[in-house]
Amino acid sequence: MPRVKVFVTLKPSLLDAQGRVIQSALASLGHTDVKDVRVGKIIEMEIGDSVGNVADEARRMCDRLLANPVIEDYRIEVGA
Amino acid sequence: MKFAVVRFPGSNCDQDAYHVLKDVVGVAVDYVWHEEKSVKGYDCIVLPGGFSYGDYLRTGAIARFSPIMDAVIAHAERGRFVMGICNGFQVLCEAHLLPGALVRNSRPKFSCKWVGCRIETTGTPWTQAARLGQVLRIPIAHGEGRYVADEATLDQLEAEDRVVLRYAGPGGTIDDQFNPNGSMRGIAGILNSGRNILGMMPHPERAAEKALGSADGKLLFDGMVRTLRAA
Repeated sequence: MPRVKVFVTLKPSLLDAQGRVIQSALASLGHTDVKDVRVGKIIEMEIGDSVGNVADEARRMCDRLLANPVIEDYRIEVGA
Repeated sequence: MKFAVVRFPGSNCDQDAYHVLKDVVGVAVDYVWHEEKSVKGYDCIVLPGGFSYGDYLRTGAIARFSPIMDAVIAHAERGRFVMGICNGFQVLCEAHLLPGALVRNSRPKFSCKWVGCRIETTGTPWTQAARLGQVLRIPIAHGEGRYVADEATLDQLEAEDRVVLRYAGPGGTIDDQFNPNGSMRGIAGILNSGRNILGMMPHPERAAEKALGSADGKLLFDGMVRTLRAA
């Protein structure tokens, strides 16, 4: 069964509040060279063999539900 | 005249909205479960606050596909009234009934406090009884209430007089220090282009009785009722 990973990230133009907190936590641990932290999410799916074009199917899922195009970008990785 | 308060799994301000409409404002109101497929007979649909579907994936993202939402969208497209409060606002944005999105607060923690909300337009059913520039004292309670949209959308909202509420100081001053979540241009509530859909992050239903610290929020419900009575 094909496995699909969808990476969803906040658009670069948007402030990532979570990333900023993580960056300051890293700095307090001595990692002061970290200039920017962005947090996203990975959605892993196992898709049935009956689906012909898995990437197309994943794209439809992203456009409809998995990502919000107003605030997010996504990237799809299809594995074996 | 009849209101509906939609209940999603995870709604938690449904009872407050119901109580204010029934006992404080004095109008007919029903709960409508999210699995219903019709909102026939209702004049105004309220999507209440809460954490529908546990806020999983994104706030409002899953509730937006609840069976009731097709009926709510059709109701809105007929020009009838919809009001989304907090999580309800998030659902309306996810359903594309309102532009933009609500993301994590700029200081990323849950923020529960009283804020000032300045009336930016009286050209809405909800704010017609208000005074332009009037500051309502209403609480917010959210972790993801930072309103964002692209510059063109923000310009359009302002040009079309669709910003209803902005976070403000007690005297009506708009300044970052009074913006509790980093919302772009201090926006707390907006309208759709048809002016029949309102989305707002603050909770007017929690500030509709003096005993709770403020009755300012009642003004928005009163405005809605006055519009429906006049129709």
